[in-house]
Amino acid sequence: MIPVCRLADLPAGESVRLDTTPPVAVFNADGELFAVDDTCSHQDASLSEGWLEGCLVECPLHAASFDLRTGRPTCLPARKPVRTHEVHVADGMIHVRLAADVAATGEGSAA
Amino acid sequence: MRAVTVVGASLAGLYAARELRAQGFAGRLTVVGAEPHQPYDRPPLSKDFLTGAGDEDRAAQVDRIALTDPEELAELRAEWILGARARALDVRDRTVVLDDGRTLASDGVVVATGASARRLPGPPLAGVHTLRDLDDARALRAELTRGPRRVVVIGGGFIGAETASSCVALGHDVTVVEAAPLPLAAQLGTELALVCAGLHERGGARLLTGVGVARLRGGGVAAGAGAGAGAGAGAGGADWGRAGAEALPAVRSVEFADGRSLAADVVVVGIGATPNTGWLAGSSLAVADGVLCDDGCATALPQVVAVGDVARVGGVRAEHWTSATEQPRVAVRNLLAGRTVEAARPLPYFWSDQYGSRIQFAGRREDGDTVRILEGSPEVLDEGGFLAVYEREGRTTAAFAVGRARPFMKVRRELAAQESRAKETVV
Ligand SMILES: Cc1cc2nc3c(=O)[nH]c(=O)nc-3n(C[C@H](O)[C@H](O)[C@H](O)COP(=O)(O)OP(=O)(O)OC[C@H]3O[C@@H](n4cnc5c(N)ncnc54)[C@H](O)[C@@H]3O)c2cc1C
Ligand code: FES
Repeated sequence: MIPVCRLADLPAGESVRLDTTPPVAVFNADGELFAVDDTCSHQDASLSEGWLEGCLVECPLHAASFDLRTGRPTCLPARKPVRTHEVHVADGMIHVRLAADVAATGEGSAA
Repeated sequence: MRAVTVVGASLAGLYAARELRAQGFAGRLTVVGAEPHQPYDRPPLSKDFLTGAGDEDRAAQVDRIALTDPEELAELRAEWILGARARALDVRDRTVVLDDGRTLASDGVVVATGASARRLPGPPLAGVHTLRDLDDARALRAELTRGPRRVVVIGGGFIGAETASSCVALGHDVTVVEAAPLPLAAQLGTELALVCAGLHERGGARLLTGVGVARLRGGGVAAGAGAGAGAGAGAGGADWGRAGAEALPAVRSVEFADGRSLAADVVVVGIGATPNTGWLAGSSLAVADGVLCDDGCATALPQVVAVGDVARVGGVRAEHWTSATEQPRVAVRNLLAGRTVEAARPLPYFWSDQYGSRIQFAGRREDGDTVRILEGSPEVLDEGGFLAVYEREGRTTAAFAVGRARPFMKVRRELAAQESRAKETVV
């Protein structure tokens, strides 16, 4: 489990990027927390800098949109999903459990 | 409509094919492309593709920039005629004629033939490149991986700047030559063009401005000539920089109009692109630096629409990735409706990656707009970049950012919303 930040420090509508390899983005979508790979599956942009609307995040470079619940793109130009990761809150701290297949190439969607 | 032919099998052509199916066109769909490759994405060609590992195999290189995959290709149910060039459009019976003599009868035609890199006049020399397509990029990359070179990039626009940045990253000695007093001033205005100009020096390239190129001088025969030229390059005939480099003299220097010159082993000519409209000559379609279209991408013939770099839509020809991906939805809607029922006026947007900085621009800037820095500072780019807006009469007209994707996106969305409100008021 990787500590992220205090829950109080991630208000609704905000996101934070973890410098893991590969980097992970954690979002507070109207009170629900989600974590996905930070790098857009299309090219090279950071989803933590994207536009959060409900459970969707829009990539800041070419506007592909991803469903944070599944990691799946909901529109072009992205065609591949981003991996989702488990988020836990304990004692007011947010933690992320990275999907087991970080190094693998496969269908990474745990959660 | 029973048969539609899309001419041009790149970004705008592929998006048009997708839209045709998404909007319920069930008839025969044919996509014709002059290049032998499946649709691929051009922006990486001047960026990651040039700097990526040189020994990677071809299939992997192309895979990374592919715009589609076998599943989607199956879903599209299109016939792809690749490596074939359209030579004419016969508007009377709406037939597309290919250079091998084949004819494709169509009820509707989507013109998506893009643009070609402008070249310098003069005899071909080895070591001189343009950068527009995959074969260009491969040829340049092969040359850049053969050891340190003196690279001269002619043209300080975005493609020139990105190419220079990639060449620096590969360890070459790089000079960018720009005829205007300042590159990108027409696009960005003086103030922010100066910031972009500063990126070159910061990044380790020289920038020479206000110098016109008179000619390229060559001599001897290129060392290792032919080794780098990509296969499949034959189609270009006598094109520079990619015509079989077999026995061409190698470029030695760039000579300027004022008599000075600069020694060069590699020259990249990045002086803009011209729309590929030659094949429409004699078709009665109006062409003036692009295929003339109304606001909805429709030409004077309702069965012919144009999209992407080749299209002059409502008086404007954009050479941006986002226009090429957004116009097809509206163009196809109007094509299927048989008349213009919707206008395509996407908010202009482009990005560029240079020397480790990501630049983004959106909106409609005009000369005389004032620049206001909202966040960060152009002086200390290393500390998180900056966000600027252009303003006119108290209104925001455009936004520009270096390394500030998140706040930029907010302004970009506001600009888009402002624009769609304005459109509603007009209607
Ligand atoms: C190196 C490079 C970097 C770029 N970087 C950026 C960037 O960072 N940001 C950005 O916003 N934009 C960028 N662009 C611009 C963007 O790539 C273009 O706007 C986009 O490719 C336009 O798509 P298109 O389909 O209209 O035209 P094109 O991509 O030019 O495709 C046209 C296709 O039609 C084919 N064709 C031409 N004539 C015929 C014919 N007679 N018959 C059949 N086929 C024909 C051509 O071979 C080509 O494959 C870049 C472009 C280049 C070249
Ligand atoms: S990098 Fe995210 S949509 Fe292109």
